Amino acid sequence: MRRRKKKDGLVMGELAIQEQSDIDISLASQQGEVLSDSSASVSQRRRGHKIVTIDLKAQFGRVQVLRGINLEIKERSITAIMGPSGCGKTTFIRCLNRLHELTPGASVTGRVILDGEDIYSPKVNPVLVRRKIGMVFQKPNPFPTMSVYDNVAAGLKLNGVRDKAKLDEAVERSLKLAFLWDEVKDDLKKSGAALSGGQQQRLCIARALAVEPEVILMDEPCSALDPTATAKIEEAIFELKKDYTIVIVTHNMQQAARVADYTAFFYLGELIEYGNTEQIFENPKNELTERYITGKFG
Amino acid sequence: MVRRTNDSISVSTSRILMDKLMSILVYAAVGLASAALILILAETLIQGLPILKLSFLLDAPVPVGFSGGGIGPDIEGTLIMVGIASLISVPIGVGAGIFFSEWPESKLSSLSSFSNDVLAEFPSMVIGIFVYTIIVLTTGRFSAFAGSVALSIIMIPVVARTTEESLKIVPKTLREASMALGVSRWKTVVRVVMSTGKRGLITGILLALARAAGETAPLILTAGYSTAFLNGLFNQTGSLPYLIYYYAISPYSSWHAIAWGAALILIAIMFVMNVSVKLAFASKFEETRAEI
Repeated sequence: MRRRKKKDGLVMGELAIQEQSDIDISLASQQGEVLSDSSASVSQRRRGHKIVTIDLKAQFGRVQVLRGINLEIKERSITAIMGPSGCGKTTFIRCLNRLHELTPGASVTGRVILDGEDIYSPKVNPVLVRRKIGMVFQKPNPFPTMSVYDNVAAGLKLNGVRDKAKLDEAVERSLKLAFLWDEVKDDLKKSGAALSGGQQQRLCIARALAVEPEVILMDEPCSALDPTATAKIEEAIFELKKDYTIVIVTHNMQQAARVADYTAFFYLGELIEYGNTEQIFENPKNELTERYITGKFG
Repeated sequence: MVRRTNDSISVSTSRILMDKLMSILVYAAVGLASAALILILAETLIQGLPILKLSFLLDAPVPVGFSGGGIGPDIEGTLIMVGIASLISVPIGVGAGIFFSEWPESKLSSLSSFSNDVLAEFPSMVIGIFVYTIIVLTTGRFSAFAGSVALSIIMIPVVARTTEESLKIVPKTLREASMALGVSRWKTVVRVVMSTGKRGLITGILLALARAAGETAPLILTAGYSTAFLNGLFNQTGSLPYLIYYYAISPYSSWHAIAWGAALILIAIMFVMNVSVKLAFASKFEETRAEI
């Protein structure tokens, strides 16, 4: 909590300074520099990187949504993807667990390396990829026909785990990690859909955690929630990075500043800038990034 | 620019009258529609109740002029044929419905979905003639089996269409939630999508059952008629709709009474089936289901 506040303060101060300063770096050269920098360094920086995307492109039919993304995501850290609506940030994380291709007419090219293995290789089973890379969606989507317990156990049960003790242990552990256990431990048989919106979203986080993924993708997990519920989720996310690699899409800049270690700025399907969150917010190298975080567009 | 008019907030008298008139018309339409249902039920109850007793349900019919007798063989015939027809049509229909709803990208899906619609529109007599040609003529006799096949062909498109509709309204986000947990597409469909849409699915199967139980035309050409209890699936059998038709057009008033009784039983069977199946499959979380 303390750390969050400190970061908030930094960002607010920084924004004020940036608004006064003149921007003299040309957009084109800046963009070229960032892109070539990231492709050249892919191999040398791969160690310690959980996921590396190489020239990742995604389409819906003939519409190009991602135009070649090169990004390295550090292990056990929180990476925020931000950018204005329609910039491809959601599509980007949906490519990381091979969910994008399930939409009729959608296609993906390029590579996504998870622990040294390309998840788009023909030998890879996408179902197994999704067990390693969990996801939390924009709107809470608990299974309405299942109880709180069954929602959390769903991933294990549907994959054939029958052992009651193992399920009990996974449910309790996951609910605790999602900061929901204390609120629901006496109502595990209640319908998952009967919880409040914020609780439902934490239930969805617990559901994703129960299958013990290594990476958790979050697609604007707080956009449908009030500030109190958001704070609880952010608290949970912050704890989770000890054991998990987290990629969070947000168009709430304060959220990115509060929780993320690294921040990537997307615009019109391209990665404009990527770096330490503090650097992105305090000293953005790209004019577009600066204009976005100072609220001049988006 | 916002344009403000200085219109009064009260409405003209003609509008009020029009509103009244339309309301009356709507209520009249609802009244007429329910009147038909109430009249049919009332008449069937009045005419059918006096003849009802246990022996009426269990005994075989007796010739005209004798007292007693019942519609046992016809109840048996209808239940057995509808039962076998369900065994054939529910797996095929549900399977087809899943295919239409969950694999819409397949060309075969849209083609078979279209043929399914055409089949649903077929007059039942044509289906009767079809089964007559391929089963009755081949085996050389009317039979309960042929009747079951005819009924199953009538049921399949109904089951398939309602399955498709009830699965399609399950939100896409639930499918994605399941897939994102590393659950295969097939298991997602069976364990998440079907369990969420199961109420619609069951309603669809019941609708198809009701339709099949009430069919007369195809049975005339396939199951034939018999006044005796069933002697194997490859023999003729009676059925409630056929009995009602046959007895109602007869000149004997005692047979008319039996036809009314049979009609009441047919309605009662559908009612009991509907209520019991819905109770058996009622969701644990009924009160929260409205939210999805």
